[in-house]
Amino acid sequence: MLKVRDLKIHGLEPISFDLQCGDVLVVRGPSGSGKSLLLRAIADLDETSGSIFFDQMSKNDETAGNWRVRVRYLAAESGWWLERVEQHFTNVSAARSLGKDLALEDKLFDSPVAHLSSGERQRMAFIRAIENEPTVLLLDEPTSALDEETGKRMEDKIGFLQKSGVILIIVTHSNEQASRLATHVLTIKDGAARIESA
Amino acid sequence: MNYISLSYWDLALAAVLILANGLISLWFRLGLEKSLLVNTARMLVQLSLIGFVLKFIFAQTSSLWTIGWALLMILVAGREVMARMTTKLKGWWGYGIGTTTMFFVSSFTTLLAVGVIIGPDPWYAPRYILPILGMVLGNTLSGISLGLETLIMTLKRERSSVEARIALGHKRFEAINEPLRRALKTGMMPIINAMAASGIVSLPGMMTGQIMAGADPVEATKYQILIMFLIAGATASGTLLAVVGSAYRLTDDRGRLRLDRLV
Repeated sequence: MLKVRDLKIHGLEPISFDLQCGDVLVVRGPSGSGKSLLLRAIADLDETSGSIFFDQMSKNDETAGNWRVRVRYLAAESGWWLERVEQHFTNVSAARSLGKDLALEDKLFDSPVAHLSSGERQRMAFIRAIENEPTVLLLDEPTSALDEETGKRMEDKIGFLQKSGVILIIVTHSNEQASRLATHVLTIKDGAARIESA
Repeated sequence: MNYISLSYWDLALAAVLILANGLISLWFRLGLEKSLLVNTARMLVQLSLIGFVLKFIFAQTSSLWTIGWALLMILVAGREVMARMTTKLKGWWGYGIGTTTMFFVSSFTTLLAVGVIIGPDPWYAPRYILPILGMVLGNTLSGISLGLETLIMTLKRERSSVEARIALGHKRFEAINEPLRRALKTGMMPIINAMAASGIVSLPGMMTGQIMAGADPVEATKYQILIMFLIAGATASGTLLAVVGSAYRLTDDRGRLRLDRLV
């Protein structure tokens, strides 16, 4: 279970909520309202006040590295630091088989990162984010660069993770996607966040 | 020693050459006349004054004067590092990181060279300490400013890849490994290249000066080699300290990237 208590995001009233295993929280709100900041705060990428617990783990007591292995953030813009795609994965064969499910050709793994389209990079980054099985997954517009078909495949994968007990928090601008995935919705409006069941 | 002293008329004759700069600027409307005038005047005043200052300090057989002037040189070099950066660290760090680093590496190498290797009497002989410190500082300051500029620019540009690594649980210095290595390399490259060119393409200034003052060329090159080692060592260690120090400041104990600590 994920417990967020009095999390202070710049310009917003303190946010608190609980999520159980298998919950999918979709975060809605206008651009610049703090949706990405909320995800970043939960992954401990920005300095914030408030506390977050996952089962017995507390964000502030756990080492930052351990926390982020369990609570994994995937930014809207994917980041790469080595020449070829494959070099960014710890388990390349597992990554390649996940790639098939997301319609990524096998040879893309051997390509330089710069040769991939933004949609291909987005799917690759998703695979990288889930390869060592985080228990909380924070996705910032995970299908923004995908067409409808590959977006559906990504949603299938997300549904699969949900069934296996992963807690997901997803920022999306698509109403359809929100209604397909959400078990809970967090809406940011006028400086306050309101959470309700979908 | 067959040292030929220059008269002020000799200098006035050479000053005619600067007119070429002025004419080119006027002809092509480069608009450089004003800064040419101001900077020529600065050069004249600064160099003339330093001649008198050094003459005065050499005349005092006092370690205090030497050390005082050396400290002033270090402080000015630190300001120069800061002035060359397009983005710098907030607060005291902006000035402090370069200055502190240069204080340690330049005083260590200069004292090693003068106190242990050259060994003049007295050990603080300003005739040796101040020129060597000046050469060491001039080179470390460019290494440090290049290294810091590269670190900061790369971290800003590669923010998404650094933060992707942080989000994957990579440790503090692991996540910024690439920008860090690039910064160190950029800072150390000029001195490594300078060693390759020296002797054939460029006859370094200090050696040339000693030769013109009547020293044996072989003796002069020995001094130049010593200086090259001092500069290389000081630049490498100075760049390392300043870049790692800034990298430490631009991340925090939770492994986050802290670009908010830049001005």
